[in-house]
Amino acid sequence: MATAFSAAKFSTQPFHLNPTSTTSHDSPLVFANPTSQFLGSTRKLHLTSSSKFNLTRRSGTVVAVSDVVKQKKSKSAPTLLITKEEGLELYEDMILGRAFEDMCAQMYYRGKMFGFVHLYNGQEAVSTGFIKLLKQQDSVVSTYRDHVHALSKGVPARAVMSELFGKTTGCCRGQGGSMHMFSREHNVLGGFAFIGEGIPVATGAAFTSKYKREVLKEADCDHVTLAFFGDGTCNNGQFFECLNMAALWKLPIVFVVENNLWAIGMSHLRATSDPQIYKKGPAFGMPGIHVDGMDVLKVREVAKEAIGRARRGEGPTLVECETYRFRGHSLADPDELRDPAEKAHYAARDPITALKKYLIENSLASEAELKAIDKKIDEVVEDAVEFADESPVPARSQLLENVFADPKGFGIGPDGRYRCEDPKFTEGTAHV
Amino acid sequence: MATSFHGVGAAVAALSSSPSNSFDSKKLLCSPRRSFPVRKGASFVVARSDGSVNFDLNPKARRAQQLIVNAVATKSDSSPASSSSKPGHELLLFEALREGLEEEMDRDPRVCVMGEDVGHYGGSYKVTRGLAEKFGDLRVLDTPIAENSFTGMGIGAAMTGLRPVVEGMNMGFLLLAFNQISNNCGMLHYTSGGQFTIPIVIRGPGGVGRQLGAEHSQRLESYFQSIPGIQMVACSTPYNAKGLMKAAIRSENPVILFEHVLLYNLKERIPDEDYICNLEEAEMVRPGEHVTILTYSRMRYHVMQAAKTLVNKGYDPEVIDIRSLKPFDLHTIGNSVKKTHRVLIVEECMRTGGIGASLTAAVTENFHDYLDAPIMCLSSQDVPTPYAGTLEEWTVVQPAQIVTAVEQLCK
Repeated sequence: MATAFSAAKFSTQPFHLNPTSTTSHDSPLVFANPTSQFLGSTRKLHLTSSSKFNLTRRSGTVVAVSDVVKQKKSKSAPTLLITKEEGLELYEDMILGRAFEDMCAQMYYRGKMFGFVHLYNGQEAVSTGFIKLLKQQDSVVSTYRDHVHALSKGVPARAVMSELFGKTTGCCRGQGGSMHMFSREHNVLGGFAFIGEGIPVATGAAFTSKYKREVLKEADCDHVTLAFFGDGTCNNGQFFECLNMAALWKLPIVFVVENNLWAIGMSHLRATSDPQIYKKGPAFGMPGIHVDGMDVLKVREVAKEAIGRARRGEGPTLVECETYRFRGHSLADPDELRDPAEKAHYAARDPITALKKYLIENSLASEAELKAIDKKIDEVVEDAVEFADESPVPARSQLLENVFADPKGFGIGPDGRYRCEDPKFTEGTAHV
Repeated sequence: MATSFHGVGAAVAALSSSPSNSFDSKKLLCSPRRSFPVRKGASFVVARSDGSVNFDLNPKARRAQQLIVNAVATKSDSSPASSSSKPGHELLLFEALREGLEEEMDRDPRVCVMGEDVGHYGGSYKVTRGLAEKFGDLRVLDTPIAENSFTGMGIGAAMTGLRPVVEGMNMGFLLLAFNQISNNCGMLHYTSGGQFTIPIVIRGPGGVGRQLGAEHSQRLESYFQSIPGIQMVACSTPYNAKGLMKAAIRSENPVILFEHVLLYNLKERIPDEDYICNLEEAEMVRPGEHVTILTYSRMRYHVMQAAKTLVNKGYDPEVIDIRSLKPFDLHTIGNSVKKTHRVLIVEECMRTGGIGASLTAAVTENFHDYLDAPIMCLSSQDVPTPYAGTLEEWTVVQPAQIVTAVEQLCK
């Protein structure tokens, strides 16, 4: 019984960036000189080991988007990439991400949150650029650097802050913490502490979407899953295994690599034989895209195509976003290894500043409107902290509640009753 | 991971047809004409979770039966006439698993299967034979060889509404999926604050087979038992295989179902009607007075074989197949301990850190006052299972050791 599914053959599909663009697939695209993309402390490594870089062109399947978008912008009279509403939405989301993370740092040093906290400052363009294009039923899977992904997806700042404070009103009842943000309502599937372990989960969510359409016959099910992960993860087996499966079964998923060049203290170039991650997509039969992850508009354009592809059932895409984290790996990281010149280079490309400049120069928003948004977000974040402060810590009774969906799983006690029927169980003091 | 599984089938077939084996003991010879003790003439009692109890004690039959039958069933010698008049239908354990799986897939379209060679090949032990033709390639998914990732994919699918049954071609391969099983399968319900359920079933054959070598002879129940948030069950008869499979699929918790490589060809008559076996309950195999023997999976058969000898020697062992490896059914076990005051645990896990070790601790903790003697635990040696037949035989517990242990306990 042959199904389209069982076909072993597939072809790499050219990635049509923008069907209306006059430039995209007509002229072959050249990759920008990598040294202009990766600067600072990595420059030396680049120049001395240029043999590592394969600068040959691949027609059609792999593009450097930044070039295309640049060309497009300069040719036409300003056809704006976004409307005013969209612009303000993007701005607000990025400001929320930034303000929230800054507040997290403050709260951490004040002893309100503990453990490992990984902040997203500098990478907001990726989260906003992608997630703001999603519907509520689409899913997002992230790593431990997940606060802003959750916020972009719609999880209230209060819920995230409470979770970070370990309060029972947190999105995971205080049981997950910084690295495990989940929301059923907003389809945030985590929050994972080990890198790479979220990618198969994302692949599974995409599988469910395909299953619903093809087996359960929910014809309009076009839910897309986004998997966010970093450059370090791209050397991990689960990454490659899932690229294979997603391409094999044409799953509606987008693999978004947030390449911030550093895995704690390990430079991407020191860890990876071929640092150009987007090239790994075509090896598995999907388009691989590189985009400037400090520019939210460029990211958004690429995201539109990738998500559109997935929704239409054309399969997965690998998108490498070149981005940078302004802070250390976590709040415990002294961040001594990175070259100050590199940091300065990327600080000058702050995505929020860039968007602000774009909005103002193109008369999409005024300074006053943007300042109003800044103020509004400040209030949201303050409110979130207040809410979290005032929320109760989990009671002991919560200890055993969510170990099993069906608490009969704790078994039968010596007295013949299920342990979960023991009154001590609901108090959290039962011996299980 | 690349093995020749047809080799196993051949080994099993060889066992059932020829009495010559590379390793010694006549005890392990299988007499081709003798069927495995099924309910007809069986000397054990099966208590079902619905409370009904079957007594099939037939003292004459018991004495008449020879010693062993190894764990692998041979051709049934029941005549067609007699089998057609009985209720229910006869099948082999792997067919019972398939029947349970198929019934649940018919019942709920969200149930799907994932694993290596489960689709077109029908499963390396034929548990999923025919299902891909019936349900399609997406519902019975042939995965690439990527255990960690496809188990994680199953978990993601379970979180988003499906009910996957993930097969490990051999339980040992699931060591590669430990990341997903421990971190995600067991923990995500908790770390998400109860928002996501993971109604996944992870199943596959494990245990020591016939000279399969160290890596294909592993007992993963001892590695997985500490993972919070999962349940573990082990099937041992066609009846409980089907019942546990169905119960595991219907459960909202992640369940790991341990099958045994050598038990797939057991034959039994099972009911036609729909039934499940409770995941948390143990099974009373043979009630008795003198000693409680706790066991599971293949060792049940070594115990029952030893039980015959013990009965001939005048002992009356109570045999319980604990079935639920996590959590333990301390009610059934406790009642037994309170009656007999002596406990022997017979397991296939290794001595260190196995299910027996946990069970010893649990029984001591809860029923210390009722014990007249220290708990004895017979486990496999802490040795990678050797290939050589003689050595392999000495790593696992044999019926003679069980007999000796009971005699010692009951002194």
